[in-house]
This record gives sequence, C-alpha cells and structure tokens, in this order.
Amino acid sequence: MTKNMNDLREELIRMSGCKPSKCMSCGKCSATCPAYSEMEYHPHQFAGMIQRGEIEPLLESESIYRCLTCFACVDRCPRDVQPAKLIEAVRLVAIREQGKNRLKADQVPGMLDNDIPQQAIVSAFRKYSK
Amino acid sequence: MNVSYFPGCTLKNKAKDLDLYARKCAEVLGVNLEEIEEWQCCGGVFTTSTDEVATKLSSVRALKEAQKKSQPLVTVCSACHNVIKQTNHAMATNEGFANKVNRYMAEDAYDGSTQVLHYLELLRDVVGFDKIKEKVVNPLKGQKIAAYYGCLLLRPNGVMKMDDPENPKIMEDFIRAIGAEPVYYAYRNECCGGYVTMESPELAKKSSNRVIECAKNGGAEKIVTACPLCRYNLMKSGSDVEIIYFTELLAEALGVKEACND
Repeated sequence: MTKNMNDLREELIRMSGCKPSKCMSCGKCSATCPAYSEMEYHPHQFAGMIQRGEIEPLLESESIYRCLTCFACVDRCPRDVQPAKLIEAVRLVAIREQGKNRLKADQVPGMLDNDIPQQAIVSAFRKYSK
Repeated sequence: MNVSYFPGCTLKNKAKDLDLYARKCAEVLGVNLEEIEEWQCCGGVFTTSTDEVATKLSSVRALKEAQKKSQPLVTVCSACHNVIKQTNHAMATNEGFANKVNRYMAEDAYDGSTQVLHYLELLRDVVGFDKIKEKVVNPLKGQKIAAYYGCLLLRPNGVMKMDDPENPKIMEDFIRAIGAEPVYYAYRNECCGGYVTMESPELAKKSSNRVIECAKNGGAEKIVTACPLCRYNLMKSGSDVEIIYFTELLAEALGVKEACND
C-alpha cells in the first residue's frame, strides 16, 4: 500500500466513522442491496477494498453513484460495519475534487418531467455535487 | 396541543395535497401545527459523513426554533423527517460535530434535545389510534391497503426508533384505525430507487416494480405512502394500483377530504 492510499484509508475511516476492519465478508449487505445488480463493486467489497487500500478503483467506479443510501446494509450488517457510510465517504472524496461534480445544474432541466418532486432534485444534488 | 411543523420543499410544491390533508386532519384531531417561520429545505437526504457541517445547518435551525417554543418538531415528509432526526441525533451524540455546528449558530447554540416526530408518530403516540378510530365518520370498510414504508421512515433504526425496522406495524395500525384492511407483503420496507431516479430512471423502475408486484400479489388495491419521492417512483412504474398519501386517506376517513379541496 502506498503512503497516499494509507492516508486516504484513514481519511475515509474518519469521515464515515466506520471500522471496515470489522467486516467478515459475510456478504449480507450485498445480498440485501437493492442496487446490487447495477454495481461493479458491491457493498461488502467496499469494506474489504478500503481496508486493503485499494481505493483508486472505487473512486473511478460508477458504483459510488448507484448506492441509494437506503440504509438496508447499515441496519442488516451483523458487525455494524455500515457499508453505505463507507460508500458515501468514497463518493465525497471523488466529487470534492475541483471540477468533479457528478451532477451539474445545467443538466437538471433535461432530467425533469411534470411530476418529479423537488425532493428528488435536491437529494440528487446533495449526493452528486459539492 | 401545539407543535412546531416543518413542511419541507416538496409539500409546498408537487406534494401540496400531502400537506393540505395533514393540516386539516390535525385540526380535526385537536393538534395545532405551527409552521416554523423562515424554514429552509432540509436537503432531501442526510449526508452521513461526519465532516459535513453546512449541509445540516437548516435542520439544526429548525430544531432550534422548536426548542425555543418547547415544542416537538413534526414533519409529514419521510425524507425531511429522516434528515432532521439524524441531524438531531448527531447533535446530541457527537460533541465534535455539535461544536462545529454551534460556531454557525452564534447565540442560538443547540444541544439536540428537541423531540422529532413524524406525523404518523403524532397520530400513534400523541393523539392515539383509538381516538382516531372514534373520530372516523367514513370508515374505509373493505378496502385492502398496502402500507409502503420504503427506507426513510425506519432506517437507520438506531436513530429513527419509530418501529421494528424489519416488522413494522405503525402504518398497518393506522390503516386499521381508519377502518380498512392492511395488506402485509415482503417488500414494504425496501427502497423504491430514491433520488437515483434522476439519472437512472430504469434502476428506480426496477426497484419500484418489485414493490408494486409484491403488494399486488398480496391483494392490495391501494398502496399508501408518506414520501413524495416514493409516490413518484411507484407511479412512474405505470401500475394500475393507486398510490396515495396516507394523509389523504385519513382526511377521507375523517370526512374532511372535500373540505380540503374547496
């Protein structure tokens, strides 16, 4: 593990307040994840990869934008690893970089229909943009 | 009884009916919802990272306003409720976070002591489902209604503490109180696809379809929800099952639905 990735791992642990080292790879989080089939890396893999410092592939992966933050993995983890919070920390590290916003304001009008609630727009902005 | 009320952005726009019925029903049930002055949007989702401070300030300000009046803070929207309750919990339990927040609050420092109630909790714990039953003039007899909790009402359970997260009953008890028959089904507490509908409508559709099919298999004629985004995603899946706000059913049962639409 490079020094840089070691620092980043500690940063993710600090931001999320989670302990990925507690993960025993039982896969319950991934089994209960409603976005499982849309993800390249699944919730239990986030815990393992962060622990090993394999963070670069996670930062580049679409998986960080597929998490619904439904907290199913958080509530159902037998070890209280709280994978959704780890995924959120990785996503924040990705979008906090200058120019790396996932969702830009001028894209929004094209995503709307007459019924879409304001809640969807503000939530997507909070998840995908800084 | 007077309580502080946080309507939220969507209840002032696309979900005006959710708000309207809630206010009218509260009146009938003897609860006065006092809308907080100058509230700001909660942001729709709670950012779980502990170093996110600014995104939580609007919730803290609303909580502080309720505290000043010594009132519980009530929300109807599941998302507002989730964000505000999680923020409140962080203020009460994470001293470092609370210190950072309170630097923005100046003389209005806040300690996480306001009670946050969802409207359903108000019905169950303050008014009481028995009392509601007595007030029902138009029981929804014979209607088979599926409660859809989604994710935000129940999770994370350590913070929300509204009901058993895997076998909840607050909405089913509500359905019984207004005279209808609840339909139990496996996907009632699984996610509809949430905000991902913005950039991936097909993922939301897949998630919502699973919920609707499961409810239909249980014999549901209607699905009831407290969340505008759940309702949108379920409706977008194009099913013939009616997706309806719980406050609308309550207004119907209390005989004030027409009065709301005058």
